Amino acid sequence: MPAQGSSSPATAEPASYRWGGARISQPALRASQAAGPTASGFTRLELNGVTKTYPARGRRPALDVISDASLLVSSGEFVSLIGPSGCGKSTLLNIVSGLEEPTSGVVALDGDPRAPRLGLVAHMHQRDLLLPWRTVLGNAVLGLELRHVAATEARARALALIARFGLDGFEDAYPAHLSGGMRQRVALLRTMLPQQDLIVLDEPFGALDAITRSGLQEWLGDVLETDRRTTLLVTHDVDEALLMSDRIYVMSKRPGSTVQSLQVPLARPRTREALSDPRVIDLRRQLMGLLAGKPGVVEA
Amino acid sequence: MPGRGRALAELAAGWLPAAGLGLGALMVWEAAVRIFDVPRWLLPPPSRILWEIFTTAELLGRHTWITVQEVLIGFCLATSVGVVLAVLLAYSRALERSLYPYVIASQTVPIIAIAPLLLVWVGPGQASKVIIVALISFFPIVVNVVDGLRSADSEMIAMFRTLGASKRQIFQKLQVPSALPYFLSGLKVAAVVAVIGAVIGEWVGARGGLGWLMRISAPQFQTSRVFAAIFILSALGICLFLLVGALEKVALRHYPNSDR
Repeated sequence: MPAQGSSSPATAEPASYRWGGARISQPALRASQAAGPTASGFTRLELNGVTKTYPARGRRPALDVISDASLLVSSGEFVSLIGPSGCGKSTLLNIVSGLEEPTSGVVALDGDPRAPRLGLVAHMHQRDLLLPWRTVLGNAVLGLELRHVAATEARARALALIARFGLDGFEDAYPAHLSGGMRQRVALLRTMLPQQDLIVLDEPFGALDAITRSGLQEWLGDVLETDRRTTLLVTHDVDEALLMSDRIYVMSKRPGSTVQSLQVPLARPRTREALSDPRVIDLRRQLMGLLAGKPGVVEA
Repeated sequence: MPGRGRALAELAAGWLPAAGLGLGALMVWEAAVRIFDVPRWLLPPPSRILWEIFTTAELLGRHTWITVQEVLIGFCLATSVGVVLAVLLAYSRALERSLYPYVIASQTVPIIAIAPLLLVWVGPGQASKVIIVALISFFPIVVNVVDGLRSADSEMIAMFRTLGASKRQIFQKLQVPSALPYFLSGLKVAAVVAVIGAVIGEWVGARGGLGWLMRISAPQFQTSRVFAAIFILSALGICLFLLVGALEKVALRHYPNSDR
């Protein structure tokens, strides 16, 4: 019997609560979530001419954060968004997950620009944001608990995945006793458990040391292979983008706009050896050039 | 996990300096009174105060019990009113703008000025003391809980929202647990001032209690009885403080930096 909570893309059936076209209500979502893990029907994400301006406040002048961002993440695709610090990448993710609304432009899920996003797009932050008063298991089930999934079922679904996330034996440990890498895996488990079709990751490994980071990158590639989702990753680590994505968008300096999209011509998941593939090396050179604004000039 | 013996040893190590200092001070006091031959009605030596506590244990016990009741009832009243008020203030901006200034203003009126009025309004019984205790000790609870409910990390709130949390769920599962350390800090302050409140209330007018006993003993130059009452009162405050401290230790054992 397959473990609860895991779903394989091969057997994925269109979920009953697909939001293509129609708006789905929060109760409908809860009902579908409560019914058990739904196989991921993938979501297509489209951004068209998105801008974001924070209005002037007191002595602070108005701030243009995003000037013109357009991008497409196809169903089941892994897309990275790479750009210099402060180019509005995090704001863009906040807009995608519905935490903020764009000043102008269109955000569409499966072609529907009016589809609700808040609560339906999984969003993982750079900080693990674990609740210190909850155990590993208690933190992992938070998303299910907020959707009113019965406690025993939520636990069972978390426990079914705990080994794959390298957390077995730590179910009842508190975050204070975990390493940074483990905490980030708990955060990812919490992000993935509610089975949202679209996941946005905001520099999820940015705060970790290089060795832990590279281990987690390969591991996440494997996890997303067996439990495929439409994924948008924000990073400023060129190798991370090259290792994990199908496609890479480059963003300009603030106010950010999407400059170019580059295809990574290798199958996923990849190991670090892929980074020494001549095609990837060439791609890295292009990326570095785009990030610098002009080829050969290093971004300050 | 450390053994019981080690835990006890650590506890002793933590308390030893304070206990030593206190004992030393008492010894200096005792010696000074004896050497300089200070009259007992002016300043009795600690041994005389201890003697007073033992010989009038029945009388002191009866009045202590009256004060303890006032303190505990008032403290519980302050806690419930304080928490409810803080939740309302943290939940509604309009309520905060209109009510919070008066909550603060209520503390600028000296309690000693309100006490005689309460005596007129509700009589010299227990009620007036309970009200004074509650009035003086609800303030640190309100201020701390309001701050605590607002202390929830904004990124955590964002994380809850992306998981589909309602306002009520954010309140229950994030803001309330975030406010717990603040609440317990407020409770510790409230525990200490509660005892002061009871004494003020009894001083102004009562039929019993340690404050009342001190007030009638002082003019009769029963100075050692006044000191005995002071000792018991401070012990009472310390006990209440330690009780809340123990509660804090248990409640916050998984919070970061909770090694207090």
